[in-house]
Amino acid sequence: MAEKKKLGKELTKGLIAENPVLRLVLGTCPTLATTTSVESAVGMGLAASVVLVCSNVVISALRKVIPDKVRIPAYIVIIASFVTIVQMAVKAFLPALDEQLGVYLPLIVVNCIILGRAEAFANKNPVLASAVDGLGMGIGFTAALFIMGAAREILGAGSFYGISIPFLAENPMLVFILPPGGFFVYGITMAVANRIAESKGKPRAELRGCEGCPMAQNCALNKDNKKEEASA
Amino acid sequence: MAKRLTVSASPHMRSADTTTGIMLDVIIALVPALVMSAVYFGSRALVLTAVTVASCVLSEFVCRKVMKRDNTLGDLSAIVTGIILAFNLPATLPLWMAAIGGIIAIVVVKQMFGGIGQNFVNPAMTARIILMVSFPTAMAKWIVTGQNAWSVDAVTSATPMAQLASAKGGDLSLVEDLPSIAEMLLGKHGGSMGEVCSIALICGGFYLLLRKVISPVIPFFFIGTVAVFMFFAGGGNIEFVIYQLLGGGLMLGAFFMATDYATSPITKKGKIIFAIGCGLITSVIRIFGSLPEGVSFSIILMNILVPHIENFTLSKPFGFVKEKKAKKEVKA
Repeated sequence: MAEKKKLGKELTKGLIAENPVLRLVLGTCPTLATTTSVESAVGMGLAASVVLVCSNVVISALRKVIPDKVRIPAYIVIIASFVTIVQMAVKAFLPALDEQLGVYLPLIVVNCIILGRAEAFANKNPVLASAVDGLGMGIGFTAALFIMGAAREILGAGSFYGISIPFLAENPMLVFILPPGGFFVYGITMAVANRIAESKGKPRAELRGCEGCPMAQNCALNKDNKKEEASA
Repeated sequence: MAKRLTVSASPHMRSADTTTGIMLDVIIALVPALVMSAVYFGSRALVLTAVTVASCVLSEFVCRKVMKRDNTLGDLSAIVTGIILAFNLPATLPLWMAAIGGIIAIVVVKQMFGGIGQNFVNPAMTARIILMVSFPTAMAKWIVTGQNAWSVDAVTSATPMAQLASAKGGDLSLVEDLPSIAEMLLGKHGGSMGEVCSIALICGGFYLLLRKVISPVIPFFFIGTVAVFMFFAGGGNIEFVIYQLLGGGLMLGAFFMATDYATSPITKKGKIIFAIGCGLITSVIRIFGSLPEGVSFSIILMNILVPHIENFTLSKPFGFVKEKKAKKEVKA
């Protein structure tokens, strides 16, 4: 029972409390770049989620085999293989999406969220928990991208998933499609996520040292974690 | 006796200036230009101004209510923002776009950063730039003055700034249909609603100078820098310099927007650096950029630099000795 509860928590924490883009502020580059339309945002979110789940599973399974000193290159190799698979699949079955995402699809290899979860979670936890963590983070990432993509496409292009909306389509506010609008929507979404998380007693995502960071308990730089390691 | 003595902590210097009083002065200074815009563009100029003002005031009211802060409508700053924003728009702009501009200026630029005095860029200017980027066609529809701005098929024309772009090396004979200098002064040419009539703006600016609402430093150095730059860019052609000074939003920007208290430096030295920066960016955009006009971008860019200018020019207190930097704590 307790085990199930814990798994449920690993799944839901990625939505708001530890949402990778909105609360951990990881992977901002693909977030800003691909949220110009709902289609590319969801495409990016799903592609990254698939890679995230697969790489979390493999890294977790190999966590006792991979030597600590070369773990980053090892992770990159694992992640890169999955990205290559996803990229080939997208190219084969969704060529339009591949064109939209462009360079950001292969760049999933160096996406901070995936490497971050590998480093912070998958290399310390069993396979099932890591898979659930990857799934939760992937859903959180996709949801954040979907919300931002929807806001930017509706206001900036006057359409939703390519379907044009009357009036808005004739007078789009172009700024939302452009980078400044991206940052603006990102900031507002982040503020809303902070507000929701705060109302549940989680600390605000601010740079206030370790206690302000939702990742503190997993972080290698956290002093408290270091002490535990030393004593253990 | 005790009642007549007010015991309070320093500072003890009092001034009769209030925010409301200063804003009222600015509104008075803007009236001549508003009247002239109504003369040139008809009733639509007044309606457009009313829309932006209403949108600004309403946004301010709602924002303060939602954020549970005290009501600041009484300081009139929202009205000033509304009028200046309207001055920066073409008279034919759809009214709902103007209303969005007001919301951007007050909600996004002003209230989200804490309200009056806390905004880091000029609200009206930022709203204009966002509108310009968002609705490029509607924001560049400059109609010829003296027409009914309500009519759909009002004749549009290039602004003097766009015309001057073809005056390579300051040779004005290359430009077709350029208005005369008198027309430039009076405002008989295409442009934003409030910026066409230079003479009304200059009158308003001098009123503010006389009332000591603004200091002459920023307008002087801003306009001066543009004049010097254009003198060299135009190969010494004085007429070219005059056109450059009277065209576009330079007068409006230099007197009413670059001098905004919250977004300009405090020290005199800082003001000079700020104003020269504004002038340089404006001139560079006008001469080398793809846009015909650069006043709005120059003011926004320099607004962002103000904290750094401020750090750089802070005056040293008397007898102050610079502290030696403490050694950085060695990380455990």
